[in-house]
Amino acid sequence: MTTTAPAAADVRKDSPGAAAHEPRRRPGRIRRIGLPYLLLLPALILELLVHLVPMVIGIVMSFKELTQFYIRDWGTAPWSNLRNYQVSVDFDAPVGEALLHSFLVTIAFTVLSVGLCWLIGTTAAVYMQDTFRGRGLLRALFLVPYALPVYAAVITWVFMFQHDNGLVNHVLHDQLHLTDKPSFWLIGDNSFYALLTVSVWKGWPFAFLIVMAGLQNIPGELYEAAALDGAGRWQQIRRITLPSLRPVNQVLVLVLFLWTFNDFNTPYVLFGKTAPAAADLISVHIYQASFVTWNFGTGSAMSVLLLLFLLVVTGVYLVLTSRGRRTSDV
Amino acid sequence: MRSIRAAAVGAVTMSLALAASACGGGSSTGGGSSDSPKTLTYWASNQGASIAVDKKVLQPELDKFEKQTGIKVKLEVVPWSDLLNRILTATTSGQGPDVLNIGNTWSASLQATGAMLPWNAENFAKIGGKDRFVDSALGSTGAADKDPAAVPLYSMAYALYYNKKMFAAAGISKPPTTWDELIADGKKLSKDGKWGLGAEGSNPSENIHHAFVFARQHGAEFFTADGKADFTNDKVVAAVKQYVDLMAKDKIIAPGNAEYAQNQSISDFAKGKNAMLLWQSAAANLKSQGLSEDDYGIAPVPVQSGTPGTGDQINSMVAGINLAVFKNTHNVDGATKFVKFLTSDAEQKILNTAYTSIPPVKTAQEDPAFNSPANAVLKDTLAKSAAALPQVADESQFETAVGTAIKDLFATAAAGRAVSTDTVKSALQKAQQQMPAK
Repeated sequence: MTTTAPAAADVRKDSPGAAAHEPRRRPGRIRRIGLPYLLLLPALILELLVHLVPMVIGIVMSFKELTQFYIRDWGTAPWSNLRNYQVSVDFDAPVGEALLHSFLVTIAFTVLSVGLCWLIGTTAAVYMQDTFRGRGLLRALFLVPYALPVYAAVITWVFMFQHDNGLVNHVLHDQLHLTDKPSFWLIGDNSFYALLTVSVWKGWPFAFLIVMAGLQNIPGELYEAAALDGAGRWQQIRRITLPSLRPVNQVLVLVLFLWTFNDFNTPYVLFGKTAPAAADLISVHIYQASFVTWNFGTGSAMSVLLLLFLLVVTGVYLVLTSRGRRTSDV
Repeated sequence: MRSIRAAAVGAVTMSLALAASACGGGSSTGGGSSDSPKTLTYWASNQGASIAVDKKVLQPELDKFEKQTGIKVKLEVVPWSDLLNRILTATTSGQGPDVLNIGNTWSASLQATGAMLPWNAENFAKIGGKDRFVDSALGSTGAADKDPAAVPLYSMAYALYYNKKMFAAAGISKPPTTWDELIADGKKLSKDGKWGLGAEGSNPSENIHHAFVFARQHGAEFFTADGKADFTNDKVVAAVKQYVDLMAKDKIIAPGNAEYAQNQSISDFAKGKNAMLLWQSAAANLKSQGLSEDDYGIAPVPVQSGTPGTGDQINSMVAGINLAVFKNTHNVDGATKFVKFLTSDAEQKILNTAYTSIPPVKTAQEDPAFNSPANAVLKDTLAKSAAALPQVADESQFETAVGTAIKDLFATAAAGRAVSTDTVKSALQKAQQQMPAK
């Protein structure tokens, strides 16, 4: 700071004639190039502290044999080289097998959840384009799941999914007689569908919101012209709406994918620290490895592997979609 | 330009160094100091019906302590679900409370971190000596060959709570003393939407407590003498199967209990939906849910045959809360004084009465307040037929691995699928493989 202040003062004093004197241009450049960086510095430092430093520490931890014996001073934990990674990807042994299972469950869950969120959100947004009585109210109602605090919303679902007194079994079994006996939703295989339901319920309003914003940018004339040419509703959606929404959807799907894949709150509130095997999402699985079984080294290695996977997927997705955009621009 | 870059590099390096040292933990203060002798921070576990209840019970006592010693105690009541994580975080950062409550089954695991002040002869002398405490309670304060990591504060034991009216209606004159009797009674009671026994099938800790007792009754242990996990020996498998079979084969536990983890089985018992409940110190909880003490009886947890006692006749774990001091406290003298205060006869009576637990301090236990018929059962159990969970460093992992395996077995039983010896064995095998390699 002390060095920049006089320099800035210099520039102010000499700036009228600065261009004429070659050597005097340096301070001006400092102001032009240096100042923005200086202004960015606080954000940069915070970013480092909040994201990069823990990430680096996490990577270091993944190479350490970090258990309860060393957490008090984790720097003294012995190096384990690649052992934590070997354990994590040894799919024949129980730890690796469980991680692979959890990974596959998460993939299936994410694909279904993102797909359904997008479908429901887009459908709702398209229908909400038409003006009708009560549209504003309905729009506001649609956003409720998105606005509710996660804990409050998910705990309500826990009550509804209960075997003995839950609303879900009451409706499905007692009223509609769809099942022979009341089903379990929070334990066993059905827990996957319970988790999916809550995730979609929570996620689709975001898709709805984004798609609705995207729809505002499509000129009405396009639809009018299409209608004149005899295009029906479905053809208009297929030929105008969806292609116009493409850039919006690219971002939307990526964001939904990352959020859903990493979602911790929903399964944690729904099932607690140990999720049923059918709904053992990778975020809770890693949490369990680290904080429930106190195997912080292995947990860190799993986190790093997850980070690498998400980086690769995001990278490939961005390359693919940007290539698509370039060709569609041509 | 260069100086800016230098400044930026400097700032970044410094922030990195700061962050790294913050994460490294304050290990420099090895044995605690008395730098701030007038204040203490105390993390109390949530013992009462709510955190507010705990504050109401504890605050007057803390005020009393302040009057006596001039040391102000800052109280924080931590919910059970957060407590272990909070302790771990405090251990890592070195920024913990001075004095804290720990679940007594975690003693050996937390001892292994080296974050707790060891209770050697010198420290015990400051609070009146080791002999003041009941042996069974001292058994769950850390590994046998090390100085305890904590001192006992509240003791609890499992007992069989039974609904007198439901028993009378079913024509049962006395509580069961063996598992065969319990199953026979349970079958008589399980009808018209009511069930013989309640359970918390989705709570790993609760599962472990029962599995441990069954294992002891089969003459088995979960760990070998040299501390290796031994979950798959035939006796352990038979023990776990016997517990899960109460739902799977005997059908005296409602299938819905397989998803219970929030003490719903206590509510069910209070509402008369279950006729029996295996629980530790449930009196205060039942009272708050409107069940009068006259409506239920308390009996020892059944055994395989005969009566509870030592050896294979163990019928409860030693349940309870211990009091630990963080090693890097800045007020080690005050912390010890506070431990002395909380474990004094007078305070033991007040606190254990409020929480309907049993004092682990011998002289306090003699008080008439703890001689009611209900307390007599718990006291007797603690003295004669309770055993501490394995005091091994990876107890915490054991609780999760085996407790979760049993949770899955209950889920299988609840779905109506068969739970065979092989099913149990393979679940326990998986749990054993998840334990840290030794």
